[in-house]
Amino acid sequence: MEGFGLAYLGAGLGAGLAVIGAGLGIGNIAASAAEGTARQPEATSDIRTTMIIAAALIEGVALFGEVICVLLALKS
Amino acid sequence: MKRLNVINPKAFIKVFALLVPLLLSGYGIAAASAGQSSSISGGPVAASAVEAVHGGAQAAPEEEKAGDVIMHHILDNRVFAFEPFGSVELPKIVVGGFDISITKHVVMLWLVSATLLLVFLLVGGKYKGMTPRQAPKGLANAIEALVEFIRIDVAKSNIGHGYEKHLPYLLTVFFFILICNLLGLIPYGATATGNVNVTLTLSVFTFFITQIAAFKAHGVKGYLQHLTAGTHWSLWIIMVPIEIIGQFTKPFALTVRLFANMTAGHIIILSLIFISFILKSYIVALAVSVPFAIFIYLLELFVAFLQAFVFTMLSALFIGLATAHAGDGGHEAAAAHH
Repeated sequence: MEGFGLAYLGAGLGAGLAVIGAGLGIGNIAASAAEGTARQPEATSDIRTTMIIAAALIEGVALFGEVICVLLALKS
Repeated sequence: MKRLNVINPKAFIKVFALLVPLLLSGYGIAAASAGQSSSISGGPVAASAVEAVHGGAQAAPEEEKAGDVIMHHILDNRVFAFEPFGSVELPKIVVGGFDISITKHVVMLWLVSATLLLVFLLVGGKYKGMTPRQAPKGLANAIEALVEFIRIDVAKSNIGHGYEKHLPYLLTVFFFILICNLLGLIPYGATATGNVNVTLTLSVFTFFITQIAAFKAHGVKGYLQHLTAGTHWSLWIIMVPIEIIGQFTKPFALTVRLFANMTAGHIIILSLIFISFILKSYIVALAVSVPFAIFIYLLELFVAFLQAFVFTMLSALFIGLATAHAGDGGHEAAAAHH
C-alpha cells in the first residue's frame, strides 16, 4: 500500500527535522554558556544550572516531536 | 571540579599499553576469521554468535529480527531472562478483571527500593555514632555529597524560602530515579524508568505537590489570579486556557523526557550491536559495534545521573514557580517556560 510507505517516510523525516531544531537550540545555549563562563568565571555554577534547565526544556519539545514520529511509524 | 583536571598521565599510558596489544591481537583474529567466513559462507558463524549474545531459547531457525529482539528488551513482560542459564517466569495475577501481575519492571522497582533502604539505613546508622565536627568516611561521604548538592544547588536555589518542606520528596525522587537508571545498565537488568507508567507516576507526584503547594502559598483567590497571568480581563479568554493547559504540559514533559531518554539509550546500544549481526562481519563488530556501544554505554552512565538531576531540578523549579510570591519575577519565568 502506498500510504504505509508515505507514513514511514513522514516519520523518518519528522524525526530528523525535530533533531535539527533541538540541535540548533541546544548548540546556541552551549555557545552562549561557554561565552558567559569565559567572561565571568565566577558565575560558572549559575550559568551551568540555567543552561541545563533551558537545554532540558528544548529537549522536551524535541521529544514531543520524536514521540509523534514513533507513534506514526508504529501505527502505519 | 579541579581534581578532574589532574589525570595522572603515567596511569593513562599504562592502561593504553595494556589495551593496544589486546586490541591488535583481537583485530588479527577477527581479520583472519572474517576472511575464512567470507570464503565459506558466513551464515552459521553469525547465527551462532547471535545465539551466544542474546541466548538461544529458540534455536534461531533462520535469523531473529533485530527489531523484535530490541522491542523485547525494551518492553515490559513477565519473563525475567538470564539467557544462557534459562529464564524465570513471573506469576500472572488477575484481580477483578485487572491484570496486576508482577512484571520485570515491578521486580526492578522492588530491587531499587531494597537498594535504597539498605544504603540509607547503612549511611544513616553511621551518623549516629559521630560527633558534629567529625567528617563522614566512605559511602556516607559519597551520599552526603549528593544530598548536599540536592539540598543547596537544587532545592534552596530553586524553591527558596521554605524549601525544607519539599526536600524529602526531591531527595527521594532523585535517588530513586538514579538507582533505577543505574540498575538498568547492569546486564540482565531492566530499566524501570524506561517504562512510561513509572515515569508518569513520578510526574503525577510532582504535579500534585506543585498544585497543593500553590494552594497553600496563595490560597484559592491567589491561585485563581495566577491563572489569569495578571493580564487585562479582556485577554482572560485566551490566557486562562493556556495557563490551565500549561499546568498539565509540565508533568507530561517530565514523563516523556525521562522515558524517552532512558529508552533511546538502550535502543541505540542494541542497534549498534545488531549492525554487526546484520552485516555478518567481525571487522564491523570490532571497528564499529563494540567501540561505539561502549561509548554510548559510558554516555548512558552520564545520562543516568543527568536525567535524575533534571527531573529533580525541574520538580524543584515547578514547586518554586508555584509558590513564588507576586513581584518575585516568578511569573515572567513561568510564561517563558510555556
